[in-house]
Amino acid sequence: MMELLECKNLCKSYGEKEVLSNINLTLPRGKIVGLLGKNGMGKTTLLKIINDLLVPSSGEVLINGKRVGIESKKVISYLPERTYLDKTMTIRQALSFFEDFYDDFDIKKARRLLKDLDLYESQKISKMSKGMQEKLQLILVISRNAQLYILDEPLGGVDPATRDYILDTILNNFNEGASVIISTHLISDIERILDEVIFIDRGKIALVSDTDSLREKEKCSIDETFRRMFKC
Amino acid sequence: MDFEFDNERPIYSQIVEQFEIKIASGRIAPGEKIESVRELASQMKVNPNTMQKAMQELENEKLLFTERTNGRFVTDDKNLIRKYREKYARDKTIRYLEYMRQLGFKDSETSEYIEKIGGDK
Repeated sequence: MMELLECKNLCKSYGEKEVLSNINLTLPRGKIVGLLGKNGMGKTTLLKIINDLLVPSSGEVLINGKRVGIESKKVISYLPERTYLDKTMTIRQALSFFEDFYDDFDIKKARRLLKDLDLYESQKISKMSKGMQEKLQLILVISRNAQLYILDEPLGGVDPATRDYILDTILNNFNEGASVIISTHLISDIERILDEVIFIDRGKIALVSDTDSLREKEKCSIDETFRRMFKC
Repeated sequence: MDFEFDNERPIYSQIVEQFEIKIASGRIAPGEKIESVRELASQMKVNPNTMQKAMQELENEKLLFTERTNGRFVTDDKNLIRKYREKYARDKTIRYLEYMRQLGFKDSETSEYIEKIGGDK
């Protein structure tokens, strides 16, 4: 079977500044992968290119063997860094918007997850706290039956208890056979659920490893390994 | 099943240990059927692939076995279970004795001490 995701010799520059340089990656099905790197090292740029929101300067991204485009957007569910929901909508309107937009949106699953969080469909998004809006966005994204979930900093603005809830939601709800890429710099919070880690540093891939093998090899947590490698 | 993982050691080997101890102590009975990988992963809040790896390891150790369509079961081999019980008891005891020696207890004093504390409880 074709690899789910392949990045081939990806480069991206903004004028003189090279943001990504020669990224080569393959991602099989059924894995949860952490894309880890300090701020400004190219994580979001890479994810945006995979989502066909940015065009690489050279190289290509293949999803199921085909170049990214309309077809790949049908199978990738993307949680961007910032929420993009129309705040004048109610939750109910956001649900039907997603249902209209994505064939694979499972509204029953979304309703069940909303109920877990005591969110009411009549609530207006603008009246919800920032953390709640982020949770709503995550619920919408994870309720698609996608092949690849790309979550850019899903833990950024939320408290530790909610982080645990979000991780559990990701673990329990991603499609069997689907893969998840989670970018974050909050490594210790997330490392227990990861199969693999990709360290990205100054636009280059610094390390790709199975998490348990890396722990065994370094005799410490992924978080600690990361701190040692990228000490300022 | 509330269990805090130590991020410094492979998660799968910590799961293996948890199961070894549960089987050795009889908290999961010989011959008992265990839940599916996905259920266990969700209970222990780990990645299903990690849980799968741990189950595979326990099968290699013969503590678990798979019956083709029925699922996964704990071994009936009482000798094997006893062996694991012995292993854990021994490891812990050795570590405890070392600790007591560092505190300046002779082994004979340690066993007297254990009896005294055990008797008090």
